[in-house]
Amino acid sequence: MTTDIKEMERRFQEKIDSGLKIEAKEWMPENYRKQLIRMISQHAHSEIVGMLPEGNWITRAPSLRRKAVLLAKVQDEAGHGLYLYSAAETLGIDRQTMINQLLEGKAKYSSIFNYPTLSWADIGAIGWLVDGAAIVNQTMLARGSYGPYSRAMVRICKEESFHNRQGYEIIYGLANGSPEQKQMAQDALNRWWWPSIQMLGPSDAQSKNSEETMRWKIKVESNDTVRQRFIDRTVPQAHAAGLSIPDPDLKFNEESGHWEIGEIEWTEFYQVIKGHGPCNHKRMQARQKAENEGKWVREAAAAYAKKQKSRQQIAA
Amino acid sequence: MSTEEALFQYLIRLGDNALILGQRLGEWCGHAHQLESDIALTNVALDQIGQARNLLTEAGRIEGKGRTEDDLAFFRSEMEFRNNLLVEQDNGDFAQTIARQYLFDVFQFHLLTELSRSSNEFLEAFAKKSLKEVSYHRKLSSDWMLRLGDGTEESHNRLQQAIDILWPYTAELFEMTEADKVLMELDMVPDLKLIEQKWQAEVPSHLEESRIRIPDTKGYMARGSRDGHHTEYLGYILAEMQALPRSMPEAKW
Repeated sequence: MTTDIKEMERRFQEKIDSGLKIEAKEWMPENYRKQLIRMISQHAHSEIVGMLPEGNWITRAPSLRRKAVLLAKVQDEAGHGLYLYSAAETLGIDRQTMINQLLEGKAKYSSIFNYPTLSWADIGAIGWLVDGAAIVNQTMLARGSYGPYSRAMVRICKEESFHNRQGYEIIYGLANGSPEQKQMAQDALNRWWWPSIQMLGPSDAQSKNSEETMRWKIKVESNDTVRQRFIDRTVPQAHAAGLSIPDPDLKFNEESGHWEIGEIEWTEFYQVIKGHGPCNHKRMQARQKAENEGKWVREAAAAYAKKQKSRQQIAA
Repeated sequence: MSTEEALFQYLIRLGDNALILGQRLGEWCGHAHQLESDIALTNVALDQIGQARNLLTEAGRIEGKGRTEDDLAFFRSEMEFRNNLLVEQDNGDFAQTIARQYLFDVFQFHLLTELSRSSNEFLEAFAKKSLKEVSYHRKLSSDWMLRLGDGTEESHNRLQQAIDILWPYTAELFEMTEADKVLMELDMVPDLKLIEQKWQAEVPSHLEESRIRIPDTKGYMARGSRDGHHTEYLGYILAEMQALPRSMPEAKW
């Protein structure tokens, strides 16, 4: 029996090493399944919780065009959530169980959504920085070994690229607008820069999940590699908009061709992850409220469907 | 009243309805009882905001004073808004949002059906395009009326209460002004009496199927939006919606 499992693991690894995708119904090590459920559900929860800070500004968007674009963007995030929950369901867990895990505090979501959106420029900053970081990460995940997740990433990345451009367009416009608007853009960059750097995960030396997920090609590059790619593409964008990155140690290394940032302050990151960020409580309260207040609606829909079914049976 | 003036007023009325309803629905985003409904409500909101943009842009063009969709949306005060009282009513619970949506969707559906035969080129094209969207809204809300009305005791009671609250705001959907008369003469817009007949032929029977009774309002039906007299809700909606652009009137966004 043990040899069987070892043999299956060997074949599994061989398949991954040769670059083939693993599909839903194939044999996989239990820990591969668990790691994927953890990652995909965490990703889905991030989409859903991420709707809240952006949703904040739908009623206050400063033009009708911006309002429509923001509505469409937040709707896309809901769609991503739905799509990702479905991808996780292929691994044998249902959506409600995952939602319960989120509400019970057992599952995480990206800690960046525990920061508040204080001005309209924050909507630009989220699209530009948060979605920008997400794209870099997800482009990497799209090359991962689990078929349903990697295909979800391809599709999601396309929409995120659109959000990213819209976010940068907002920031660029503000940065080149009135002095008040420029101040708004710089302030948003100051507040969102470090959380965006941190959202790509702990540094490689600290990351406990990395070795196995890399071997199984759940992730194909380390957190630090992905982070550097994000920094290299974002710093010139900030400069092009006439904004400065809030890091006195930032410098361009001519030899390596990379932007080098100062030391990352991880204490706050871990504090926020453990629930002590500016909006952790508010975000979870909003999700809990939607769940509680939606209970009677879900019950009504189920009761009606049941009645309809029995009516149809009687008619037949 | 000149044709342009009548048309401007009519477009503002349609545009404000779409804008305020879209604004209300936008409040739901991220807070619905499940993802599918979040997406559906946002979809309707997005359609309404899209319609508002078309209508207010055309209104600004007809007016000829250089006002844009944003000037009209963000720099008019409460009494200059001409949306129906129904669409500004608060979201309440999901039942109240659905009831408001349903009562308005049936009205909008029949109105757009008639407007798609308008002699006015813009109204004709606008109505044809929007009718596709509104047909979906009407299907969505009428399905939910059945589910909630004939679901559980709680959902039934909530929906009944919502209809009790909203019913008095339905009569003024069909109220006509000088603008309607001018445009009817030119076959640009329908007689709202006709829309009312179609609405009456559809709504009460669907409510009955949803096991909801029409409340006895003892003859009271609200009115006022045609004269810019709104309910207390609109002031708050505009305060929230207009604050940022009004704080920097010269800014581009």
